[in-house]
Amino acid sequence: MLNGILKTVQLVGSASRARLCSAPTELVGGISFKLSEEQQSLQELARKFTADEIVPVAAQYDVSGEYPWPVIRKAHSLGLMNLSLPKWLGGLELGVFDGCLATEEFSFGCSGIQTAILGNGLGASPLLMFGTKEQQKEYLGRLIEEPLMCAYAVTEPGAGSDVAGIKTTAVRKGDDWVINGQKMWITNGGVANWYFVLARSDPDPKTPAGKAFTGFIINRDTPGVNPGRKEDNLGQRASDTRGITFEDVVVPAKNVLGTPGMGFKIAMGAFDKTRAPVGAGAVGIAKRALHEATQYAMQRKTMGVPIAQHQAVAFLLADMAIGLETARLAVWRAAYEADCGRRNTYYASVAKAFASDVANKSASDAVQVFGGNGYNKEYPVEKLMRDAKIFQIYEGTSQIQRLIISRELLAAAMSVKS
Amino acid sequence: YIHIINKADMAASKGLKILVGCKRVIDYAVKVRVKPDRSGVVTEGVKHSMNPFDEIAVEEAVRMKEKKLAGEAVAISVGPPQSQETLRTALAMGIDRAIHVEIPLAQLEKLQPIHVSKLLAKVCESEKPDLVILGKQAIDDDCNQTGQMLAALLDWPQATFASKIEPSQDSKQLRVTREVDGGMETIDVSVPAVVTSDLRLNEPRYATLPNIMKAKKKPLAKMSPDQLGVDLQPRQEVISVEDPPVRKAGAKVESVEDLVGKLREKGLVK
Repeated sequence: MLNGILKTVQLVGSASRARLCSAPTELVGGISFKLSEEQQSLQELARKFTADEIVPVAAQYDVSGEYPWPVIRKAHSLGLMNLSLPKWLGGLELGVFDGCLATEEFSFGCSGIQTAILGNGLGASPLLMFGTKEQQKEYLGRLIEEPLMCAYAVTEPGAGSDVAGIKTTAVRKGDDWVINGQKMWITNGGVANWYFVLARSDPDPKTPAGKAFTGFIINRDTPGVNPGRKEDNLGQRASDTRGITFEDVVVPAKNVLGTPGMGFKIAMGAFDKTRAPVGAGAVGIAKRALHEATQYAMQRKTMGVPIAQHQAVAFLLADMAIGLETARLAVWRAAYEADCGRRNTYYASVAKAFASDVANKSASDAVQVFGGNGYNKEYPVEKLMRDAKIFQIYEGTSQIQRLIISRELLAAAMSVKS
Repeated sequence: YIHIINKADMAASKGLKILVGCKRVIDYAVKVRVKPDRSGVVTEGVKHSMNPFDEIAVEEAVRMKEKKLAGEAVAISVGPPQSQETLRTALAMGIDRAIHVEIPLAQLEKLQPIHVSKLLAKVCESEKPDLVILGKQAIDDDCNQTGQMLAALLDWPQATFASKIEPSQDSKQLRVTREVDGGMETIDVSVPAVVTSDLRLNEPRYATLPNIMKAKKKPLAKMSPDQLGVDLQPRQEVISVEDPPVRKAGAKVESVEDLVGKLREKGLVK
């Protein structure tokens, strides 16, 4: 019954938002916030899919931790996965912005399921940017043909933020490379068909990061590849996160991405395309939090009136709205910069840092609006709090984002004559 | 109950040509509000989508194409400029091309099924479909008239409230199962015919994203009521639109005796 309410409630929410934005179709003052017809169709399809296929099952996947294969297969059959893959491969070649639209919608339903779907975007990004046509055809083509997953395997037990500190080794043996090491917290780690793996190819500790690492594409079924157990996480429990051991894994030279030594640049380059969508995932949580809190506040009565009429509660909602609107626009700007072909590092970090904070605050405030009920699993908001936390950690911690932003702005400031 | 007017042999032909009507209506999930001046309901800025029964009609046409019963499926919408979006949805679901009969905003509120059926009849004269499928009624006005009026204007057989459409046993007609008050009625109709879709006819598919993108390239022709020579003069005048009366609170009773007692009090039983 609750799921039925959720479904109705989400659709009503979109109607009220439509009332708020009857925007003009042309550029006004040189800028437009209006989505194109195609983007609106994509958003509508993603929204409908979320209401019909994700929302009704989200709570159950959160409890069981099972991988949401049925949802993934349905999304794949509708063309809602792998949006950015090129047309010559059979993809839709949509931009980062379009990916953000879909991601926000899925995340509204369940950010764990959304992360499972988006994991492909992160894994595919290095190949999209640096892969040869043969590599793209082989590995990205697979993703289009069937609902297969891939994963981005860089983080290790001893190195997350400190990518340059990873210890997985890649040693040349004839034409092949032999990979040894351990990766950790890899999204889709247990279900991936292939991995993008970063390993240290130059053992000399004095070699700079920009030359010491190599990126590889490694098939799951290569001997020596051992995903560990599925990790039992606080939130986004439908997503599959694992450690992976690489024991004398032999990788042919044709599976090297770019050239040996280029790995660090490739691994970091992927983030410019994926940070905005991760921000969009956070925006989805913020939107859901505001939505649930608003509906509850209109129904729950205390002191003889719906609690929405108490300013203390109404102000909580207002602050959630402030966060939601601004986080979304920050994400849109970052995505737009990427789609314009520009290096969007600064905007991507701003968007991701801000949106993840907004998601966490909104989710926490939503629990607050629900009061005692919010703390309980019968109501949907405690899950939002648990799901939101990871947005401040993965894809570059909030601290790393601030490092990036401060570096970028100081570099810009230093390049201007005072 | 069999009409014998036309003898198209479906098994041998290239397949039926189907015309599907789609109406743009306020989305079913929206809480409709009456305008303060009580002249109608608020539509400005409100989410609209394809009438759910028309989605079912579109889906049926696409399925008949997939089963090779139909060769071409054309969608038509009579409405404002935004009806184009409704037609794009139909195209994304698998319809081949679309026709938009654009109604100026001033005349839109006064448009009635009689006008729509006349416009559709004119289009049928030039398009010559074998089958017209319409939703049984629109969820905004609940008229349940357009299909029936269209069949009468064209002097074609009609099979309304269809829950199943299949070829008749001799493949020369359509066998339609109808949902009627007494149960299910199965009739054979010869083509060309008008069928209106009921809820259980099928479950409409999602348009896939690649099909949504492809729909942009499918042909969408525009027509005006003047071009079709149809007079849109309204026959009815809406005097007022009001909210339904607020539901009065009920009372809970603890036992059957209490219930009977209360019914007696209100004079509803002796």
